[in-house]
Amino acid sequence: MKTHLMFPDRDFDASAELPDHAEDLVQDLGLETLFGVMAAGDPDLKGVAKAALLAGLRTVEEVRYRQEILQDCLRHPEVIREMYRLGLQAQADEKKLLFGSLGGISRYPSYLLHHAVQLMEILLVPLKGLKTLADVQEGKFQSAGLRGFFQMLERELDPDYFACVQETLKILTFRQGLLLTAELDSGNKGRNYRLCLSNARKVGWFRQWFPKRPRQWSFYIDPRDESGAKALSELRDRGLNGVADALMQSTDHIKNFMQALRTELAFYLGCLNLHARLGELQAPVAFPVPLPAARPILNVTGAYDVCLALALGRRLVGNDLRAGEKQLVVITGANQGGKTAFLRALGLAQLMMQCGLFVAAEAFQANLCSGLFSHFKREEDSSMKNGKFAEELERMSAIVNQLSRASLVLFNESFAATNEREGSEIARQIVAALLEKGIRIAFVTHLYAFAHGLYERLGPAGVFLRALPPADGPATFRLEPGAPMATNSGEDLFQQIFADEGGIGAGVAP
Amino acid sequence: MIDILYIHTPPAVDRASVGPPGFFADVNLDQIIDAVTQGRETYDLKPDFRTPLRSLEEIRYRHETMRDLEDPGLFQGIKAFSGQLGRVRGHLRQLDQFHESLQKDRWFLEAVKLYADAAAELRVVLADARLGSMALTRFRTYLDGYLDSGAFQAMRSEVEAISDQLGQVRYTLLIDAACVTVQRSDQEQDFGQRVLDIFAKFKQGEVKTYLVDFHKQVQLNGVESRILDRVALLYPETFTALADFRAQHADFIDPSIHKFERDIQFFLAYLEFLAPMKQAGLPFCLPTLSNRDRSVHCLDGFDLALARKLVAQGSPIVCNDFHLDPEERVLVVTGPNQGGKTTFARSVAQWHYLASLGCPVPGREARLFLVDRIFTHFEKEEATTNLRGKLQDELIRIQEILHQATGDSLIVINEMFASTVWQDATMMALAVLDRILDLGATCVWVTFLEELAGQGGRTVSLVSVIEPGDQVARTFKIRRQPADGFAYAQAIAEKHGLTYGQLKERI
Repeated sequence: MKTHLMFPDRDFDASAELPDHAEDLVQDLGLETLFGVMAAGDPDLKGVAKAALLAGLRTVEEVRYRQEILQDCLRHPEVIREMYRLGLQAQADEKKLLFGSLGGISRYPSYLLHHAVQLMEILLVPLKGLKTLADVQEGKFQSAGLRGFFQMLERELDPDYFACVQETLKILTFRQGLLLTAELDSGNKGRNYRLCLSNARKVGWFRQWFPKRPRQWSFYIDPRDESGAKALSELRDRGLNGVADALMQSTDHIKNFMQALRTELAFYLGCLNLHARLGELQAPVAFPVPLPAARPILNVTGAYDVCLALALGRRLVGNDLRAGEKQLVVITGANQGGKTAFLRALGLAQLMMQCGLFVAAEAFQANLCSGLFSHFKREEDSSMKNGKFAEELERMSAIVNQLSRASLVLFNESFAATNEREGSEIARQIVAALLEKGIRIAFVTHLYAFAHGLYERLGPAGVFLRALPPADGPATFRLEPGAPMATNSGEDLFQQIFADEGGIGAGVAP
Repeated sequence: MIDILYIHTPPAVDRASVGPPGFFADVNLDQIIDAVTQGRETYDLKPDFRTPLRSLEEIRYRHETMRDLEDPGLFQGIKAFSGQLGRVRGHLRQLDQFHESLQKDRWFLEAVKLYADAAAELRVVLADARLGSMALTRFRTYLDGYLDSGAFQAMRSEVEAISDQLGQVRYTLLIDAACVTVQRSDQEQDFGQRVLDIFAKFKQGEVKTYLVDFHKQVQLNGVESRILDRVALLYPETFTALADFRAQHADFIDPSIHKFERDIQFFLAYLEFLAPMKQAGLPFCLPTLSNRDRSVHCLDGFDLALARKLVAQGSPIVCNDFHLDPEERVLVVTGPNQGGKTTFARSVAQWHYLASLGCPVPGREARLFLVDRIFTHFEKEEATTNLRGKLQDELIRIQEILHQATGDSLIVINEMFASTVWQDATMMALAVLDRILDLGATCVWVTFLEELAGQGGRTVSLVSVIEPGDQVARTFKIRRQPADGFAYAQAIAEKHGLTYGQLKERI
């Protein structure tokens, strides 16, 4: 039995190793805020949300599979929460029984078996609960994932099955007599002790322990014979070793099944939490249209930085982008004009789409990318100028190691830690190479020589957006199409003039 | 009985009282023999390694076997056989520990089974090998006859028949409170498997095992013993056959096979001792021996005790050539301290001794004289502190050696008379040298007295040399050249900035 609520054909591994670049993405896109809202205080939910967001899906089918399940969840959140509760209940009860580790009993199969029977009784409760839920709710769901899950429960956990399990557990609590088989080892010592069922099964459970058969020899252990009693109990333990192991392993299998269910549901619970919070803010969300990686396309309406919105606790102005098949997006313009926020909005939407989530936009249509990378200027890096530039190049080199066709790289004021001419030239070479390799680039930059050069050479092959300087009154954060301009504001002009003298790094507000 | 160590009657030696020869410790042969016999203490091989051979014929007999055993298939096959026979003996020792004869009977049966299988496998090993040695060929013929004998064949098929029957013994135990009922088994269903089957559908991946490891005690406890008694009653024919078998085959190990397995350890032990050094690229050879021809040499020889340590550490080993023309008798080795002189002297003694055991010696190629005895004269650290006492002790020892030695002996002298003044030492050393030359014994003499090296004629001068270009690092090379005492002095002087050139510049 497999839950398969995250992938149509395989398990979800919440502890799988994240891509090398994951931690940079968390930092650059401000993902902790997003994880926090999805978790709503539950660390399990947070772990799963992080694992799912950072290990993006690779095919449109997989994305749609989760989108459909999520839509079911949004329609019937109470059923999903009940399923999750059943899983938690089993976990809590099982912990009550165990008081931590197995401790000494793991060395005595007869005790271990006793424990396993009790544990199995506890684990049967949520299984029966799931089955009851399936009986009642199955018809409500439309997604292949949830329909398949409920059908599996109906099929595998029919009443006969539970009866058979109960009967087996009953036999194993019957402590009056054990029937073992054994062979002789090469020293005439017994080996391969196994608990077995008598062939006289038909005559009923009680009779089977006392069957009439020819040629049998009995002996009694004297009640005062302590070593005899000890030897006998060891013999029992040897006989129960196999069955205790089998039942303990079976409880582990069921625990693992319930764990898998909890893990996969945790993702959808996180999605429900996020949806509820954005609803409170009246911030728009939409299910994106995923397209195959082979065909580059990017069209965005009203995208906003969901992490910023969650952090500020208010709805934000969205921006549009009609890149279509164009692979290069360059954003220039005033400081405080919303450039970085839009870059993040693009990255977040891509990330959310690729894990099956809705996106923070009015509409979003994009191809799946083979990898999402961010190369952001690190404000907090206060090392010397040369050291900072070297650090930037090292990070870039690490990214290049992982790049492939149809990757998306977000640059935020990259290569500005040196003078503008040098930075522009390096940026120019990197961008040119990446574009030729079929990699999409969104680049926020103050490097006028670089941005202007791209506009001159590529012009219509790229999308050039410009942030408007904040006017008097509240900032608009609107971006508009437009060529890079040499003078955006007084600060930028100052930077351009002094940057060539190498005294002040570009992009640092005086 | 086949003897693979001696072609003729072995020397009448009281094995218990053969101590290490006097020179063993001086030339580190005690270390070598300890290492060779290590792990084979039960075979008591040291007396064999302390008993040199006197005849070339006996040495050739062992050389042939050593050569055969260079075939790795044969070597490993015989070693495996030896291991199996060890297990047979282990079984027989264990058997004495049991109280229940039902258990003794079974262990006995297993011992015979192991023995029969081992002998049969050894036959295959010997048949596959291209044997050139008289010893192994003779043993092979004997083994073939033994294995084909009716008695052995009958014993073996009886073992198989009884083992088969025992393998089919299956019984059930009904444990009800304090009552245990034993019956023949009737293919009951395994309940553990049933449990696994029922819950198989939940399997997500592999889970850990909860199987408890019970301590493996071969003895039966009281309950097991009572169960076994009843199992025997359920299968009476099987257990009667088992008991009869032990009664009828008390001494099943053939004495010749037993002796072969013991004696072959001499060869296995020595070759196994060489193996890591061979693997490190060091050369070994079976030397050509003579008891008349005094033209001897050993190319790329080395000290076995030292090589063993250095190979274990992964350090390089320096090999040295040794040769004497027919009329030459005394090698005088001079040169800087720590230059490998003593090591060289020791290795010459080792080669001669190991050659007299019929063993391979270090070196690419060797031609050695079969010496009748080996004498060593090394400084004794524990000698009296009084200077005169020490010199006296040295003189008494060399006098004893000169009394016992013959022209066929090897004498190794290391730094004799080091405690006395140079003039006296030279005078006494030259006198001893005269006597050795008169005897005609072979001698290696490590000394700081360069006058000894300049005698010419039947003495040869060897010097531990320093390679040009790397003057302070010594190379442990011993070369035939006149002793000039210059090379090392130059190196030390340069190190301290005291050469002619350096002094001119500094002053």
